Amino acid sequence: MSDTHAQSVAFVRETEIPQSPPPALEAGAVKWVRENLFSGVFNTVLTLLALYVVVRFAIFVFPWFYNGVWEASSRKECIDILREAGKGTGACFAVLVDRWDHLVFGFKYPPEGYWRILLAFLLLLVAAAPALFSSLPRKLLMFTAFYPFLAFWLIWGGSLWLPLTILGLIIATMLVFRLISSQIPVNNRQIVSGVIGVICGAGLAYLLFIGAQELVFIANSVGTEGVISQVAYGVFWIMAIFTFVFCVPMGIFVGYAIYNSYEDGGLVSIVASLLFGYLAFVYLLSPIWMALNSIIPIELQAVASRDMGGFMLNMLLGTICVSLSIPLGILLALGRQSPMPLIKGVCVVFIEFIRGVPLITLLFVANVMLAYFLPPSSNFDLILRVIIMITLFSAAYIAEVIRGGLAALPKGQYEAADSLGLDYGQATRLIILPQALKISIPGIVNIAVGLFKDTTLISIISMFDLVGMIRGPIQNSTEWTSVYWEVYGFGALLFFVVCYSISQYSQWLERQLNTSHH
Amino acid sequence: MKKSVFLGALTVAGIIAGGASAATLDEVKARGKLNCGVTTGVPGFAEPDASGVWQGFDVAVCRAVAAAVLGDGNAVEFVPTTGKTRFTALASGEIDLLARNTTWTFSRDVDLKFEFIGVNYYDGQGFMVPKELGVASAKDLDGATVCIQTGTTTELNLADFFRANSISYEPVPIETGAEAVQQYIAGACDVYTTDASALAAQRANFEDPSAHVLLPEIISKEPLGPLVRHGDNEWADISRWTLNALIAAEELGVTSVNLEELSAGTENPEINRLLGTEGELGSMLGLDAGWAKAALGVAGNYGEIFEQNIGAATPIGLARGLNAQWTDGGLIYSPPFR
Repeated sequence: MSDTHAQSVAFVRETEIPQSPPPALEAGAVKWVRENLFSGVFNTVLTLLALYVVVRFAIFVFPWFYNGVWEASSRKECIDILREAGKGTGACFAVLVDRWDHLVFGFKYPPEGYWRILLAFLLLLVAAAPALFSSLPRKLLMFTAFYPFLAFWLIWGGSLWLPLTILGLIIATMLVFRLISSQIPVNNRQIVSGVIGVICGAGLAYLLFIGAQELVFIANSVGTEGVISQVAYGVFWIMAIFTFVFCVPMGIFVGYAIYNSYEDGGLVSIVASLLFGYLAFVYLLSPIWMALNSIIPIELQAVASRDMGGFMLNMLLGTICVSLSIPLGILLALGRQSPMPLIKGVCVVFIEFIRGVPLITLLFVANVMLAYFLPPSSNFDLILRVIIMITLFSAAYIAEVIRGGLAALPKGQYEAADSLGLDYGQATRLIILPQALKISIPGIVNIAVGLFKDTTLISIISMFDLVGMIRGPIQNSTEWTSVYWEVYGFGALLFFVVCYSISQYSQWLERQLNTSHH
Repeated sequence: MKKSVFLGALTVAGIIAGGASAATLDEVKARGKLNCGVTTGVPGFAEPDASGVWQGFDVAVCRAVAAAVLGDGNAVEFVPTTGKTRFTALASGEIDLLARNTTWTFSRDVDLKFEFIGVNYYDGQGFMVPKELGVASAKDLDGATVCIQTGTTTELNLADFFRANSISYEPVPIETGAEAVQQYIAGACDVYTTDASALAAQRANFEDPSAHVLLPEIISKEPLGPLVRHGDNEWADISRWTLNALIAAEELGVTSVNLEELSAGTENPEINRLLGTEGELGSMLGLDAGWAKAALGVAGNYGEIFEQNIGAATPIGLARGLNAQWTDGGLIYSPPFR
């Protein structure tokens, strides 16, 4: 074939021209820079401006960072070292070395117990893993459920039997619930319902009766001097009369409602297990764990809540409050959508009240006001008060986010669930929540990150978390007065690491859950 | 749960009805610990050291009272309080004694229903300016920007001072001392004002302390002292006379060095009464005879505590000044132990 044109054409190319590289200006870094940084007059100006700022910043910060003094016992010594070395500016990172333990664990946690915190933290990663990554074996969730009790023991110390007994009583309460709700015949349940109904009705009536008397007492001690006192006096009296009139009817009403639920077993099993749990915790908890502890003592040095501090306290509050507020938030969101007016009303009032109040106000209430409200001898743990307040606060916000997810579901999903004959619990668990939660992930993570950072607000109520530690004991110690950027920079770094990890995880999770394959 | 709500309401009613009084001494003894309110940190006055033990001039008062009552200067639960939470912590009974460089004022004593048990440090508000500004007197500060901590008496004193001298200023409100120093050094304000003791402490840590001067004017009286709740006079007496014992011991020459020797008995009857070898001052307070000896055994007398925490040899470097004994021309004075 190749001879065909041998006489008519001087040269015929028989192979393809080898590919040549693109022009230098259209490839690699040069192209990227041209396209992204210098694509027009406006962008060029902006790039140069930004470059100027970055360089100026680097010139300012780099020597400060590079000259940093890591070994000194006070800020004065830092300054002297820098002056002797003839360096104009330099950071005094020695404060981080000197007060490392305080920044991380707080200044009152016993140093020989630091390993307990570290172990609790490592186990937290293990316990959180199966909840965060669905590819891990589900059996690990057993450890996750057990983890809170273990961590409580590691961090607060004391006897191992206390958390174990609590765990045991919780399991016993759940068994009672199962027993009454599904494992005993209806006839027996009718008897149980009757007994529980009578007990609860009588108990409620008695409580209300006592309450009415207390209200009368309060009204009388307020007295009638001045307009405000008169109003309060009147209000308390009205409340007292109202309570007094309704104590018996309310008792009968509630008791009868419990009795009446014996057929499907919903209300009666909830009330019975709550009653059992209450009695068990009040009367069985301390004898059992003390007895067990006297037989086989397994104890760690106990650490009071007041002695927690540093970044550990932030992590502690962040972890506990996030993990408590998500389930609470789900319940609140479902409650707000409920067709039952009482439940809906309670949820709406709660959510709107909490959202209408700044967190710092709630913390002040927890710290200062509750001390007035509680009897002087009672020592209600401060951390517990703070945990409750932060959890309630973030639960209200998470509830609104989840409500958004619920509202975004097409109505057809609810109807489809109904048409399959699923009851409310099944439909919610199997159809509604998985979809609604998926939609809500970015919002929930947003609140979790915000919540984690909000834990630093407790420094205002004189608790020594990371920021409190910096603002209080470190910046006001004789050695480290007016150390500023070094410690706050360190704090920012710690928070950034945690918050950035959370946000990366959530993005990964969204990709995992993305079932709409376009 | 319900019960505690009612109890809470009851407590409120009780407080409205006119303040409850309980025997604080019995409570402290039963608890085995003194709950003492301190600052979250003021250099030299109250600060946890590198090993987490509270140190300082105010802390020493807490330890002395604990030693007098319980015989152990370490039987103290230090409760850190901020300027905003200190008074509620005391009023609600969370703490038994507040030793938190708190200025003794009329309204705090009378209106807030507290009992100041004495003065352990006489302070006053001063000004610090950069030397290069060339200001010699606070009256030259017309139009200056002033860094000032909010929510303190210093804020009010400043307004009073400038109004009285009919000059103007522009306040730069700031939350904490460390922040104020940062702003001042960065040049956000011309003048930094707070208690003179704090100014001295903070200047000691500047990169170049000699570039800043303290102006001669002290524009306010800040008698700082520990305080207790109204309504329990026995407890107030114990706290007051523990502080007085520290002061009297310096005047009488009782120190941590010669304490053991002197408590064997001396020629001086007042020392004997103070240390419990003569008379029964201790039992009048409801304490052991050796209460003052125990208090002095923690860190010595007033002068020793001063020198150890904030005196000339420390980085704070404060001179005794007004806080010298009355015999040395100061204001520190204890009523007689008789």
